[in-house]
Amino acid sequence: MTTPNYSLAELVIVAAAEAWRHDGEVMATGIGPLPRLGTALAKTTFNPALQTTDGECFYTSEPVPPGPRGDREPEIEGWSPYDRVFSTLWGGKRHAMVAPVQIDRFGQTNISVIGDHAKPKSAMLGARGFPGNSVHHPNSFFFASHTTRAFVPGEVDFVCSAGYNPARYLNGKPPAGLDLRIIVTELAVLDFGAPDHAIRVVSLHPGVTFEQVQDNTGFPLVRPDHIPTTPAPTAEQLDLIARLDPNGVRKTVFKDNPPGDRRAA
Amino acid sequence: MLDKRMTIDDVVAQLSDGMTVGIGGWATRRKPMALVRAILRSGLKDLTVVSYGGPDIGLLAAEKRIRKLVFSFVSLDHYPLDPHFRAARQAGLEVLELDEGMFHLGLRAAAMRVPFLPTRIGAGTDIIRQPAFRTVRSPYEDGEELIAVPALKLDAALLHVHRSDQRGNVLTLSPDPLFDELMARAADKVYVSAEKVVPTAELDMRANARFNLCERSLITGVAEAPFGAHPTSADPDYQLDLKHLKAYVDSASSAEAWAAYRASFVELPPEHYLEAVGGPDRIAALPKPVY
Repeated sequence: MTTPNYSLAELVIVAAAEAWRHDGEVMATGIGPLPRLGTALAKTTFNPALQTTDGECFYTSEPVPPGPRGDREPEIEGWSPYDRVFSTLWGGKRHAMVAPVQIDRFGQTNISVIGDHAKPKSAMLGARGFPGNSVHHPNSFFFASHTTRAFVPGEVDFVCSAGYNPARYLNGKPPAGLDLRIIVTELAVLDFGAPDHAIRVVSLHPGVTFEQVQDNTGFPLVRPDHIPTTPAPTAEQLDLIARLDPNGVRKTVFKDNPPGDRRAA
Repeated sequence: MLDKRMTIDDVVAQLSDGMTVGIGGWATRRKPMALVRAILRSGLKDLTVVSYGGPDIGLLAAEKRIRKLVFSFVSLDHYPLDPHFRAARQAGLEVLELDEGMFHLGLRAAAMRVPFLPTRIGAGTDIIRQPAFRTVRSPYEDGEELIAVPALKLDAALLHVHRSDQRGNVLTLSPDPLFDELMARAADKVYVSAEKVVPTAELDMRANARFNLCERSLITGVAEAPFGAHPTSADPDYQLDLKHLKAYVDSASSAEAWAAYRASFVELPPEHYLEAVGGPDRIAALPKPVY
C-alpha cells in the first residue's frame, strides 16, 4: 500500500478534526480555513451530530466551503444570531478552535495587543469573545506559525483567554468551565495532559523532531517517553477534504503549500 | 399626532460633548454611518463611545472625537484590523476592553437598572484587572467568586434600522438583530436612522412583529437616511461595500490621504453622499460578501 501525497494543510485539517471526535451534539466553531475545514471533516465523518454555521447567522445541514459558493445555496437548518451564540456558549454546548497570536505555558492566549495595554506597540482586534469562551466551553487552538513569538515565555502580553494559571484563579479555584483541549500547529499536536495541565507533545508531524518543537517554544514542553507521528490523512479523507474545500483555500494557508511529510521534501 | 421625525443633523444637535454614546450594529453590519458622519461634521467631542466596533470607531478615532472607547473588538471583517483604530490605540486612546458577551451583560444591567450582573466571563484574564471591574461572592452555598460586570449606562444610543413610522415603531429586517435592542434599553435617549420612514400600515407589523426591535416608547427621534449604513451593510436591503471599505482603509496611509477621504465622503451635504460613493443603484446591487 502506498501512502498518498498530502500537504501540511491537509495533515493539519485531519489533526484538527480530532478535536471534535467525542463532543457529541455541540456547536463546532473553527476560526480560519484549516480549523473550519477540521469541523467540516469531523462532521462529515465521525461526528455527524456537530452543528456548524455559514459564518454568519445560520446553522447549515452540510458544512459550507470556505470562499465563494457560486450558485450553491446551503440548506439552512437553524438560526444562530450572536445573541444565541452567547447563550449557546454560556451553556457550554460548543467547542471552538481559535487562532490566537500568542499562547503561554498556562494555555492563556492573546489577540488584543502586543506590548503595554495602555499604549500598545501593536493594537490588534481586541479580546473579542475569548474571555467568555475560555471559561464556558472546551477550546482548542491552531497556530500556523509555531515560533517563540507565538509560544511565549512568561505570560502572554494581555491575557484574553483564561488558562491553568493558579496565580489568576479567583478564590483559589480554576474557572468552572475551563477546559483546554488540543493545540495544532505546523509542527506538532500538543495538549494539556501532563501533570498540572502542563503542555505536552502528543504527536509530531512527519519529519519533525521533539527538539525542533521545543526550540520553537518559549517554555519547556513535557516530553512523553514515546511520541507518535501525527497520522497521515487517508485517501478517503483527502478526497473528502477536496470536496469540502472546492476553492482550494487550504492551499493558501502555508507559504508554497508544503507537503505534510517533511521527509518527502 | 406623535411625530418623532427629524434630520440626522437634528439628531447630532441633541448630543453634547462628553456624553456616553452607544453605537449599534456589529463590525460591518448595520452601523448608523450617516449619523457618525454627521458627528464628524459637527464639533461634537470627548465622547465615551460604546460599540461592537467597525468603521464607526475608526472614523471617530481618526478625528479624535473619542475620549474613551468601550469595546471588545474593532473589526472590518474582510480587513481584520482597522488602521484608524490601531493608530489611535497605539497613540494611547483610553479604553475599557470587554469580552463580547460581557458587553451584552453590561448593557443588560443598564437596561434592568441594576448596578451589575454576575458572570464567570473574565475570570483568569487581564480583562478583570482593568480598574472598572470588581468581583462579587455568591451569597448562596456555592460561595463562588464571580465577576460583577458594571452596567453600561448610555446617555444616547444611535441605531440604524430598516423601517420606521413617524412614531418610532421600528423594524430591523436583517437576519441577525444584533444587540441594538439592548443598546436601546440601556440608553436615556435613542435615535434611529431609518432606510425608509413609512406609514404604520406599511410596516405590516402583524407579519413583521419579530423584526420589531423594541417598543416605540424607547425611541426619541427618527431620521430618514436611505443607505444610511453605507459602507456597512443593511442586509437584506444592501450589502457591505468592499470597494469603499478599501478606500476607507487606504485613507489611513497618510494625513493627506485622510484629508482627501474626509473631503470626498464626510465634508459634504448628506444628500450628496450617495452620489459620491457611486449612487444608490450601485449600492443596491452590491453582492453579498462571503464570511
